[in-house]
Amino acid sequence: MGSQGGFGQSKEFLDLVKSIGEARSKSEEDRIVLREIETLKRRINEPDIPKRKMKEYIIRLVYIEMLGHDASFGYIHAVKMTHDDSILLKRTGYLAVTLFLNEDHDLIILIVNTIQKDLKSDNYLVVCTALNACCKLINEETIPAVIQQVVELLGHPKEAVRKKAVMALHSFHQRSPSSVNHLISNFRKKLSDNDPGVMGATLFPLYDLITIDVNPHKDLVASFVNILKQVAERRLPKNYDYHQTPAPFIQIKLLKILALLGSGDKKSSEQMYTVIGDIMRKSDTASNIGNAILYECICCISSIQPSPKLLETAADAIANFLKSDSHNLKYMGIDTLGRLIRISPDIAEQHQIAVIDCLEDPDDTLKRKTFELLYKMTKSSNVEVIVDRMIDYMISINDNHYKTETASRCVELAEQFAPSNHWFIQTMNKVFQHAGDLVNPKVAHNLMRLIAEGFGEDDDMSDSQLRLSAVESYLKIVDEPKLPSAFLQVICWVLGEYGTADGKYSASYISGKLCDVAEAYSSDDVVKAYAVTALMKVYCFEKAAGRKASLLPECQSLLEVLSASHSSDLQQRAYEFQAILDLDANAIENIMPLDASCEDIEIDKSLSFLDNYVLKSLEQGAEPYIPESERSGTLNISKIRNHNAYEHPTHSLRFEAYEVPKPVVPTKIPSTVTYPTDIVPVTVIVSEPSYQPSVQPSWPLVPVSDAGSGSGSTELKLRLDGVQKKWGKPTYSSGASSSISNFESDRTTVNGATQINTLISKPREPRQSNVEVSEEKQKLAASLFGGKTSRSKKKQSGGAAGHSKVSRTTNHGEDKVQPAAVPVTVTTAVQPPPPDLLDLGEPAGDTSSYSSTVDPFKQLEGLVDLSQDVNATASATTSNGPDLMSLYSDADLNGSLNQNPNAMNGSVNPSKKTASLTKGPSLKDALDKDALVRQMGVNPTSQNPNLFSDLLG
Amino acid sequence: MIRAVIVINDQGKPRLVKFYDYQPVEKQQEIIRNVYGVLCSRAENVSNFVQDSTFGPDTRLVYKTFATLFFIVIFDDSENELAILDLMQVFVETLDKCFGNVCELDIVFNFNKVHTILDEIILGGQVVEMSSSEVVKALDDITRLQKNPNSIVRVPKSISGWQGR
Repeated sequence: MGSQGGFGQSKEFLDLVKSIGEARSKSEEDRIVLREIETLKRRINEPDIPKRKMKEYIIRLVYIEMLGHDASFGYIHAVKMTHDDSILLKRTGYLAVTLFLNEDHDLIILIVNTIQKDLKSDNYLVVCTALNACCKLINEETIPAVIQQVVELLGHPKEAVRKKAVMALHSFHQRSPSSVNHLISNFRKKLSDNDPGVMGATLFPLYDLITIDVNPHKDLVASFVNILKQVAERRLPKNYDYHQTPAPFIQIKLLKILALLGSGDKKSSEQMYTVIGDIMRKSDTASNIGNAILYECICCISSIQPSPKLLETAADAIANFLKSDSHNLKYMGIDTLGRLIRISPDIAEQHQIAVIDCLEDPDDTLKRKTFELLYKMTKSSNVEVIVDRMIDYMISINDNHYKTETASRCVELAEQFAPSNHWFIQTMNKVFQHAGDLVNPKVAHNLMRLIAEGFGEDDDMSDSQLRLSAVESYLKIVDEPKLPSAFLQVICWVLGEYGTADGKYSASYISGKLCDVAEAYSSDDVVKAYAVTALMKVYCFEKAAGRKASLLPECQSLLEVLSASHSSDLQQRAYEFQAILDLDANAIENIMPLDASCEDIEIDKSLSFLDNYVLKSLEQGAEPYIPESERSGTLNISKIRNHNAYEHPTHSLRFEAYEVPKPVVPTKIPSTVTYPTDIVPVTVIVSEPSYQPSVQPSWPLVPVSDAGSGSGSTELKLRLDGVQKKWGKPTYSSGASSSISNFESDRTTVNGATQINTLISKPREPRQSNVEVSEEKQKLAASLFGGKTSRSKKKQSGGAAGHSKVSRTTNHGEDKVQPAAVPVTVTTAVQPPPPDLLDLGEPAGDTSSYSSTVDPFKQLEGLVDLSQDVNATASATTSNGPDLMSLYSDADLNGSLNQNPNAMNGSVNPSKKTASLTKGPSLKDALDKDALVRQMGVNPTSQNPNLFSDLLG
Repeated sequence: MIRAVIVINDQGKPRLVKFYDYQPVEKQQEIIRNVYGVLCSRAENVSNFVQDSTFGPDTRLVYKTFATLFFIVIFDDSENELAILDLMQVFVETLDKCFGNVCELDIVFNFNKVHTILDEIILGGQVVEMSSSEVVKALDDITRLQKNPNSIVRVPKSISGWQGR
């Protein structure tokens, strides 16, 4: 057929198309096209080509470019063709130009003149063509050249021209809102154009404007409703009907606009109810377009202020969608169900079987949409089923983008609704294993923190079981090839921290595994850093426990390699490890206390612990401190002197205390960062990937005299406070003891601990009742929909669903929030809010914000004060930083230090039970003081560098 | 807003490509390849909608098969899937009216005319016309005008009153 030349094209073009159509491979096609390009290049530059011939060349160029080849050599000829007087050629020229050029192309400037001329043409078709080109070609710079003419054309007698002029203005507005802002009134004016087509066209710019800002257009609600009513009542000419449906696209656009205008606006919404109800009643559910309008109505209903009657109609319509055999309608049904579920959470229950069907449908689009719906309706009673399904699905797909999305949704749901920590860890393992490099690194930190903290209960057994199961699962997984880096970091950390903890695995076994990891992933510095630190911990724990600890040969060689590493971080770790090898068990125990990852780090920014020292120095005639702002050059001298004093010849650990903290402490260790404060610098090691206590070579002196207060203790630990906000059951909060009572009892540590214990033991009960996955749909449905707990809202609104306990828990939360929020001003030690590192997108993660945005999510509520209490108790034990310092800085203190463990035995044990947070010696009064500080809302810090920059500017 | 209208045949060869937001040629080809890959893997009797990251965030795709051709529209969330499906119907109906029993070759050889038709239906990424008879009327206007300047004499196809432009 094509070869007959019946298409008004030359034989050559027909042959070209034919030969390309018959090409057997892409390379053959490319060859043909390249030959064609050569021909065209030669021909198109010949002189005196007949116009008709040129037109064909241009069309062939367009064809070539459509096939993906560069036709830029001919662009200029297309531009020339737009100048032609013949409308046929002109149109061809414009068509080619709009397809070839983008609005920033250099050649655009050559066309603007032509467009200007054509916009003035007497022939409305020429004007239309020029306006078409305007939509595509006019850029921000050239808008002023044509805008006046386009505005004038809004009054053109031909409706086709007016319509296109509106569209051209709309495209100008999209490109550069500022250059058209003064013309916005034109859009409103044209809304009352005689021609429905022009009116319909103005809806596009108005929709965009309303999307940007609703408020200036609220007055149009009545107009829009009126227009919609007229359209729905078939007042438009018949030729706007499509399959007996009047002007469907105008209706759809109007409904979209009304959805925006009515959102959260009761008064506007009420004006819409009647017309939406009418349209829904009249809609033709047999035709595709009728369902399109119906769908749009439901979207609108779910967006505006809810009307019970309309919601009912919408629910019926959704039921019909879901019952339909058409996949398209099912898709729409699932989509609308997801929209409506926010308003009436119970609606999903009557459609459970339909939803399950969609979930198992072979249609991937439908499946994804259904997962989206499930994501929206997850609650604690069905989280296990849903997340399991999502993970299975995640494993089955290859699309990275969607995999990432599914993984992050799994994580989010698991964190929000996890019924147990064990389940959470298992789930996270699965997510990591299959999509580890796609998930947010925060997730890994959170997982480590959870394993470290355990259940946060007095149940030491379950904690160690949890860890053991984590260790076991990791030992199983670690040999698998190509694990994601983030997951390996978690594995290394857990193996280092807990690998040998319960004696099931020998140190050499764990070390061997860790060495294997470091070797297998030798290109990943972060993983190696984690591995070597884990090795160090394994070694230290062995030695501290009094066992014979020897390094494996492969570990030795690893250390040698790393100490010559190009990465200064790895080098430092290797050197630290080597330094530790020379220390005795006692020292090691203090450097690397067992299971101390939950210790809190705290910075006393005002450095009150130095007061005594300062006073003494002043008495001895020292110069008083001059704030930085008032200082002149005098500083330099002391700086140099200090520098010399602190100079240390080797890379080895340095345990001597600095004599005098001065504004600048020069440090030799690469990853040691100094943050000058107003008074005295606090030096903190920021070694990026490590969240375990590492050896701290250059620690500023914490004055021994004041060690009792413990307020200056700083140690790098995984920060663990607040973690329980994420997990657990609403019953957490059911403890009759209000936070106040906890607050009180925490001061007396032992009572506080018991108090917590009773609180925590409760939430376990409902976990057993969790539904298990069943193959049968009914059961699945039951597990998905059965739970009566209505799903509480995610992050943004936080409108907790009608759980009977909500109000109580909310109050409960407020009770506790007040003490937390207010006293920040009172306490001297200014602490940054907990880093959101571990909060995973919970904006209300830090305690201070709880007061303003009270998150009604009851599970969180219940846990907030719990974790507060735990923190309080946990932090009541000073971390061993100061003790470590004092060990080496002042021999006199040894005596007093020795008492610390004894003191601990009595006072710390309870808190150790509660959260397994405690480790290391402490002083009794420190307990009280720190507990008080905690209660006042001072949060511990982690070594997150950003955090410190927050803190210190 | 509609981002693109693409017509490809069942071999993956593009027959009509129109992007409403500019994409470089390479990107266009990549999208076409991806679309073809996705559509080939779709079973029969499934929905006409695809959500896929390859078209950009928050974009969706609706496709419809007519004989050997896939008609594809890529758009963002300011459009309605079902309505777009009908829009394609309008487009194809219009083509049918213009070419008389439209087939793949009509589109290949007259894609400039097909572009003209599409421009009457979709302008600047927005649907401006939903009536195929209106589109045909507009086309007739253009055709009549083109006959006036008799500089070009062409052999029309069997369809009266239209020539390749």
